[in-house]
Amino acid sequence: MIKVEGLTKRYARTVAVDNISFEVEKGQIVGFLGPNGAGKTTTMRVLTCFLPPSEGKATVAGFDVLENPMEVKKRIGYLPETPPLYPEMEVVEYLNFVGKLKGIASGEIPQRVDDVMRRCAVADVRNKLISKLSKGYRQRVGLAQAIIHNPDVLILDEPTSGLDPKQIIETRELIRSLAGDHTIILSTHILTEVEQSCERVIIISSGKLVAIDSVANLTNRLRGSEAVAVELEATEGRPNPSEVQQRLEQVSGVSRVVMKDSRNGRLAFEVESLQGRQIRADLARTVVNSGWNLNELRSVGLSLEDIFLQLTASEQKDTVGAKE
Amino acid sequence: MKSILLICQKELKSYFASPIAYLLMAFFGLIFGFGMFTATRDFVRFSFQMQMQGGGAPMSVNEQIIRPLLGFGSTISLFLVPMITMRLFAEEKRSGTIELLLTSPVTDTQIIVGKWLGAMLLYLCILLMSVVNVALLFAWGKPDVAPVLVAYLGLLLQAGCLLAIGEFISTTTRNQIIAGGVTFFVCLMLWLLNWFTSFDSGTLATIVNYLSIVTHFDNFAKGVIETKDVIFYLSMIFFALFITSRSMESLRWRS
Ligand SMILES: Nc1ncnc2c1ncn2[C@@H]1O[C@H](COP(=O)(O)OP(=O)(O)OP(=O)(O)O)[C@@H](O)[C@H]1O
Ligand SMILES: [Mg+2]
Repeated sequence: MIKVEGLTKRYARTVAVDNISFEVEKGQIVGFLGPNGAGKTTTMRVLTCFLPPSEGKATVAGFDVLENPMEVKKRIGYLPETPPLYPEMEVVEYLNFVGKLKGIASGEIPQRVDDVMRRCAVADVRNKLISKLSKGYRQRVGLAQAIIHNPDVLILDEPTSGLDPKQIIETRELIRSLAGDHTIILSTHILTEVEQSCERVIIISSGKLVAIDSVANLTNRLRGSEAVAVELEATEGRPNPSEVQQRLEQVSGVSRVVMKDSRNGRLAFEVESLQGRQIRADLARTVVNSGWNLNELRSVGLSLEDIFLQLTASEQKDTVGAKE
Repeated sequence: MKSILLICQKELKSYFASPIAYLLMAFFGLIFGFGMFTATRDFVRFSFQMQMQGGGAPMSVNEQIIRPLLGFGSTISLFLVPMITMRLFAEEKRSGTIELLLTSPVTDTQIIVGKWLGAMLLYLCILLMSVVNVALLFAWGKPDVAPVLVAYLGLLLQAGCLLAIGEFISTTTRNQIIAGGVTFFVCLMLWLLNWFTSFDSGTLATIVNYLSIVTHFDNFAKGVIETKDVIFYLSMIFFALFITSRSMESLRWRS
């Protein structure tokens, strides 16, 4: 349904998207994951014909975004990063306008508008001015706007940002319920979000594709690996940092040890485990048995950044994995 | 066509949803009313003197009141246009709604023409404020209708050009104030050029005069429709709207 080949997008100085290729099949929900500035929004803007690609090709439902933008636009519903709302309009008025703009027959509009207002839970503010809405409600109206013409492809840029927890769950459910007849790409920073609503994940980082995988595979790869901060007391160069590092690396289940700090009588390390391994008890035992004074031992959990580091590191080893 | 009207309607609604439309209408109505008051007062004084002296050329409401008054209206338009066009694209770019327009199944041309039409209709509404005044003249004197209508047509055509130019300027920035400021400057230059060259008759002055949007209004003000003026205005409108679409295209490629 969506096919991207060698897509590159350059702004004046920056390369925002660098030679990305992927495919999304009909009916799939794909999560687009990446840290700030990764190029998620840029990729989506190319897919929605808002920006032309600098190099490469992107097609939606078989139509090229450069050669046949009109056909692409007809089939796409798009929720940009900032919902494109006219503050001076009432919610109903706005949705009516968008419905007509998307080319819905005027006879069907009232029914479509009612339908999306119900699905996106904005019926209670239908006659409010958009300028008077809270951020969460604006986000919902933005979502309503994207699905009003029942598009084949939905492109949602951070659809749950600014929503309250209850609404986040409802939105995820809404998105899941749209899958099947709709192909959906949604971008996010939040890993759990991808886990809960997507079937496949595309991870990009500073414009480059890092991984494409099914959610099940990816979470298996990541689940269970943990990071532990270990801090020892050190006096007059004892214990020797490199010796400590060596010993910690020998603990079973440890994948990586990084020294963080060795000043003020402290030796701080960050230790990462292999998947599915509990290492805290073993670490503590090793430290105590070596006769060192343990100041602190604390699980720090893997942040999205760590996962990226892990992924980029492992993907470089087997680059084939990125292309599938 | 449906999309053009849809966008036009949306523009009109947003003009009237904010105070700007009413402010401009009130502003124009007041200034025009004041202009008429002065013109009529002088007219009455003159014709009184004429009667006292006896004889002299007969006074004409068309020549002495309506013509200068609508010429005055043409000048005021130069100040109205920036206020009308500054938000057209700048605001959509700032608020991000441009993403909705450009990812919907409508062409750039439909967007541009729709917005221009919306601006024209607002201008028409503003112009209607003067109709009350002019109607008074009809109730009181016996001016010819045709020249008045021709002058109004001229005002509309002139505004069409200026609004198209303003629309173009509005695509180049996301800041309304800058868009308005630059448009105002351009209008001011047009006005000044017209004023300077009216004293001069060299070749350069003639060329500048021909290209000046304001000059072409003169014949309309006299109640004469010259084909060359109409063609000039229409091609100017077309050209400015064309440039606007090129500008949108290039911004897309550059940004
Ligand atoms: N209009 C622009 N002009 C120049 N550079 C831009 C423009 N828009 C984005 N960029 C740059 O392109 C890169 C990718 O930006 P993009 O907005 O696609 O990231 P993102 O993945 O959506 O990030 P975020 O999670 O913060 O939304 C960034 O380095 C950004 O600075
Ligand atoms: Mg983004």
